Amino acid sequence: MNGLWAILSKEFAHIRREPITLFFVFVVPVLQLTIFGYAINTTIDDIRTVVYDLDGRQESRELVAAFENSRKFRIVGRVHNEAGFDHALASGQAKVGLRIPPDFSERLLRGQQATVQVLIDGSDSQVATTALNSAALLGLMLSLGRGRILAESLQLAAARDPAGRLALPIDVRPRLLYNPDLKSAHFFVPGLIGIIMQLVTLFLTSFAIVRERERGTLEQLFVTPVGRGGLLLGKLIPYALIGFVETLIVLVVMVFVFGVPIRGGLLLLLTLSLLFLFTALGLGLLVSTIARTQLQAIQCAFLIMMPSILLSGFVFPREAMPLPIYLLSFAIPVTYFLEILRGVILRAATLRDLLPQVAGLTVCCVAILCLSIARFRKQLD
Amino acid sequence: MTGTSSDDVVIQADRLTRRFGHVVAVREVCFAVPRAAIYGFLGPNGSGKSTVIRMLCGVLRPSGGRGLVLGYDVERQAEAVKRRIGYMSQRFSLYADLSVEENLDFYGRIYGLSRARLRARKAELFALTGLAPFATRLAGQLSGGWQQRLALACALIHEPEVLFLDEPTAGIDPVARRELWDLLFALSARGVTLFVTTHYMDEAERCTHVGYIHLSRLIVHGRPADLKRLESVTPPGTRRVEILGPRPAATLSRLRSAPGVRDATLFGETLHVLVEQHLSDTDLIAATGHPPDAVDLRPIAPSLEDVFVTLSRQHAGRGGDVAGAARDVA
Repeated sequence: MNGLWAILSKEFAHIRREPITLFFVFVVPVLQLTIFGYAINTTIDDIRTVVYDLDGRQESRELVAAFENSRKFRIVGRVHNEAGFDHALASGQAKVGLRIPPDFSERLLRGQQATVQVLIDGSDSQVATTALNSAALLGLMLSLGRGRILAESLQLAAARDPAGRLALPIDVRPRLLYNPDLKSAHFFVPGLIGIIMQLVTLFLTSFAIVRERERGTLEQLFVTPVGRGGLLLGKLIPYALIGFVETLIVLVVMVFVFGVPIRGGLLLLLTLSLLFLFTALGLGLLVSTIARTQLQAIQCAFLIMMPSILLSGFVFPREAMPLPIYLLSFAIPVTYFLEILRGVILRAATLRDLLPQVAGLTVCCVAILCLSIARFRKQLD
Repeated sequence: MTGTSSDDVVIQADRLTRRFGHVVAVREVCFAVPRAAIYGFLGPNGSGKSTVIRMLCGVLRPSGGRGLVLGYDVERQAEAVKRRIGYMSQRFSLYADLSVEENLDFYGRIYGLSRARLRARKAELFALTGLAPFATRLAGQLSGGWQQRLALACALIHEPEVLFLDEPTAGIDPVARRELWDLLFALSARGVTLFVTTHYMDEAERCTHVGYIHLSRLIVHGRPADLKRLESVTPPGTRRVEILGPRPAATLSRLRSAPGVRDATLFGETLHVLVEQHLSDTDLIAATGHPPDAVDLRPIAPSLEDVFVTLSRQHAGRGGDVAGAARDVA
């Protein structure tokens, strides 16, 4: 612990001298949270749609109105020839093309099956999936509606409700728990907190050490009797503190700007955040034992951040990943922390509910800290 | 084992060796530095100077042999060594964003100085280095010479008995260079032992002892005056002459091919020539190809540069096969 106080006070002097660090630490995460929180919205509405109506009579107009009323589709144009239809889709002006054949109304009136073609731009799979499902559902509902009219006239019914009206034989009643309005922010913002915490702590810690290596001051320190423990703790404690304050700020933004309430225990959340913070500090330390220059540190840190963002379940659900990648995601500390964050914030989960995740995070934390401390030597070779 | 060994030897290297993979950076280096000496450690870039310093400072583990500093083994008692030495590296390695005084405070705290002692030491070092007017200036805003003074002050904050300086004057102006050397002499007078690596021959001439490392081996060490008298530098039956005349570069190539001339080197406007005794001054002037009244001759003793150039040529000529048997002239 030799020299801990000296290193600590020096580290705080560095931070004081470089206010840009504080800006990076306290302002940027809030900006990131605000921008990402608003920008990441997976609820897809108003898909641009072009209509090529060869029929033009009442039935076809009703069909177009039904598409528009679903709110999933927004009619951005009507075309009157095949070339215009193709161009609207190829140029990206419309993501969906609705083609109604000339005999649409006639076939319906004659009681024959009428076919409507819906072309969907598959380049953005999320938009395409939404369009596909919405179009299929719309067709089903419209067909059911026509079927109901027929059934009423024939006094026939597969099932009736208590009031004696026609009803679906099987009534599925889903109920959404924890996030009833299906707000994307409720899902993304807690996750974003974990990502931002790791990003800032990882970069700050690795930079704080690699900068000294690059400028030759670390070599100078090695020649002094400063202890390894003092050097390490002196380097890590300031950034642990900063990371913790930053966590508090980001949580405040989440609750008051995005209106995502913390349903579970605040103390539990903060304690587990500290655990994660130490893991992220350990990662920063690990990077600093590998990288010789700040440029290498950036590259290393990105190498860690990429899977943390893509494979942790932050953006894509882990359940959908191929088995090897799914297994790999268990080695990413932020995976556990994301589940903890979402659990405590959204589902009021208790420590008992989160035991597997807490255990996983603890194992990661201990392993990373041990590895990085072992690699960090007061030697030059 | 603590304390100092016989003859008050402060630094001792005994077959000190360092390998990096298959490359031998330092091969079986042996030397001893007495108390209060200024030991100049010379050699071309990449010859192993910094590696030796790093091993002696306890930050690089020797692959073989051993080093003793103040009687402590640099490998097994590295932390004891570190408490008692100062080290100034060849790069500016202070905190540019801290002030002069904050840098001193930092190193003072690292060495565990009490508040009162730190205050007293700062006052002494300000007086020694003249840094007092810049106390609140950021270290990064000092000129090169003042930065080196600050680095020296930081290395001295805990009153070390031994000071290692790795090319302390590289890249600073001649005035600052001389002033830094004046500081080093003052320290030596107070009993501090100095171990200095340098490229500058004029600095080597100021040292009480010098060692020359070439191709990872120490090929010679001793007092400068003793080295200049070495027979292998000026063999019996030869003498050294300085020639001042027109167009020295053209003269150099003529002299090199002249019979009786063993070696010729250009030193600014003059030529240093090693000639056989039987070659008279008249013969030598004739060999330059200039009229006698245009050329001045005078006998000289070899400079340290002559010594090192001659010895490293002989060393390279023997394929470096002197097996660590450095000439010990001390």
